Amino acid sequence: MRQGRLTRWFFQNVGLASALLLFAVLFFSYNMMHPRGFSAAVAVQNANETAAIAFLAMAQTLPVLLGGLDLSVGAVMTLTNCIASELVNGSPAQILLGVVATLLSGAAFGLMNGLIVVYGRIQPIIATLATGAIAIGLALLVRPKPGGAVDGDLGWALTNSVWDFADTYGIAGGGDAWWIRPFADIPVPVIIVLLVTILVWVPFRRSVTGRTVYAIGSAEGAAFMSGLPIDRAKIAAFTLGGFFAACGGLYLAIQTSSGNADIQQAGAYTLNSIAAVVLGGTSLLGGVGSAVGSLIGAGILRVISFYFRILDIDPLLQPLIEGVVLLVAVSFGAIRTLRVKNKLDLFR
Amino acid sequence: MRISVSNENKPILIASFFIVVILLAGTVYTLSTAGTAPLLSPKYLLQQLQTGSFLGICAAGMMMVILLGHIDLSIPWTLTAAAMTATAVGGEMALPTALAVGIAVGMLNGFGVAFLRIPSMIFTLGVDTVLRGLMVAQTGGFAPQDTATPLMLFLAKDRILGIPVALFVWAAVSVFVIVILTRTGFGRSIYATGSREGAAYLSGIRTRFVTMGAFVMSGLCASVAGVLLAGYSAKAYQGMGNAFLLPAIAAVVLGGTHILGGRGRYIGTLIGAILIVLLNSVLSIMQMPEAGRQIIYGTVIIAMLLVYGRNQRITS
Repeated sequence: MRQGRLTRWFFQNVGLASALLLFAVLFFSYNMMHPRGFSAAVAVQNANETAAIAFLAMAQTLPVLLGGLDLSVGAVMTLTNCIASELVNGSPAQILLGVVATLLSGAAFGLMNGLIVVYGRIQPIIATLATGAIAIGLALLVRPKPGGAVDGDLGWALTNSVWDFADTYGIAGGGDAWWIRPFADIPVPVIIVLLVTILVWVPFRRSVTGRTVYAIGSAEGAAFMSGLPIDRAKIAAFTLGGFFAACGGLYLAIQTSSGNADIQQAGAYTLNSIAAVVLGGTSLLGGVGSAVGSLIGAGILRVISFYFRILDIDPLLQPLIEGVVLLVAVSFGAIRTLRVKNKLDLFR
Repeated sequence: MRISVSNENKPILIASFFIVVILLAGTVYTLSTAGTAPLLSPKYLLQQLQTGSFLGICAAGMMMVILLGHIDLSIPWTLTAAAMTATAVGGEMALPTALAVGIAVGMLNGFGVAFLRIPSMIFTLGVDTVLRGLMVAQTGGFAPQDTATPLMLFLAKDRILGIPVALFVWAAVSVFVIVILTRTGFGRSIYATGSREGAAYLSGIRTRFVTMGAFVMSGLCASVAGVLLAGYSAKAYQGMGNAFLLPAIAAVVLGGTHILGGRGRYIGTLIGAILIVLLNSVLSIMQMPEAGRQIIYGTVIIAMLLVYGRNQRITS
């Protein structure tokens, strides 16, 4: 019985399952080949570099599930990154306020995207192309030159292992309490990403609004005829996307201890987020996939780039290899065309 | 008297009206600060359009793809790759090589989208990354030392009868695209395929080759723009195409082409490109900092689309 459920899950989530498998193989062999593989230091470093793109991939997932695309996620991340570099320092209360303000500003920007898409009735891809420019402009207003400061303790605590976190804030006996031992080597960014997933994504997906997002992506007309709250779901999806992007921006600020309104970087993150979503088994046509898959997709993207450090590859060839791997990975989607029985199904 | 305007022409009229508004606003600004009106002088306008021709040509190719309901994100590095190979090859063969690069990239894109059925958004993105990788590997990440050939310099910089040659190239590309879209079976097939690919297929249109053809056109246009831009700056450099992708999409959409395909006229794309070029030049005359530029740019696109780009509500 149990076996049966597992196989069924596998066939219902082929994309997610193969992404998970690919990630596991890549990550395992990476650690095997790394001279200091399977150590806390390597895990912390990898987790730090993956956190921001992981959040952005989650942010991109929601509009993609609707059958749209959000070209402003990188820009919103940049904007919140700059805001965080202004606000997240000072006394503990000020830091907390700064964190909340950063996340809220990202969510507010997402809300604006949602309102424009729903009430302006503009295609998401075009609307967010324009609002992305606005977000970059605002980021440049907030921080014309790279810089700023983020509270040092917070930066250290959140970008290292659990032991360092406890040690910095003197909780759990400075990290030596018995109950924290089993978790001591887990990188904090991993825990943050998992917490956000469990506390925000999972409840959202199980709510009526979340299910409506999937329904809209599958067949918007049918969702409307079934009386589902279409407008609310779309607005919620974009708002949540803005929130996830803000998580990414906030983390980036904490990690680099600065803000940088870099247009190129924003564009690169947006494009990578799309790639991560696709690698994670979410369909660009909408209605199929999940933010968890996108997390794995982001992981795959990053692990590929980690390989360049341990393999002796000419740095000049790295972008080429990255591109070829991406192209080959998405080309596996072509297997679908071989299974199609009615040729008309191709033209959906 | 009530003038009726068809839905298809409304965006074009509004965009043209907005061009006039931009010109007037810019002129009022320059009159009040410097007492001159450079925006209304033909010489200045021609110069702006000369630099705008690169964007206009990219937008022309992008429009073919958007009419199909697809998108070509590989334009930046197609443009750069064409420019770099052209300057590297040099001599007589520079121009044909660049065009060949554009056609090859377009065929690859078309193959992935039409035959492998991979969403264009992600496939062209992958191709863009691969091209960037190829160029970085070839040039070592620096600007190549080669310079543009005399022909490229002529096409981009010279003037005939006081009119920049680049404008003639833009005009030639425009006429070419208009003829294709309105006077050939291929053009009709593009509209049909963009409206509903299944129906077009059942009507006997070989939709996959149509898609491939549109991507080849897009790659070709990007390579022409690359040749011109390399001629204009007298060399090719890393990332020279980055500034063209999003404005090209914006120009196509502001011109009234529907992003999901099947609807749109080329004249709209032309006006959309001119609109963006003039908006940029007025903002730089006003010495607007980058932050303000980006905000105004985004706001203008949203505002104009709110006026005429609204979709039907999906209710069934």
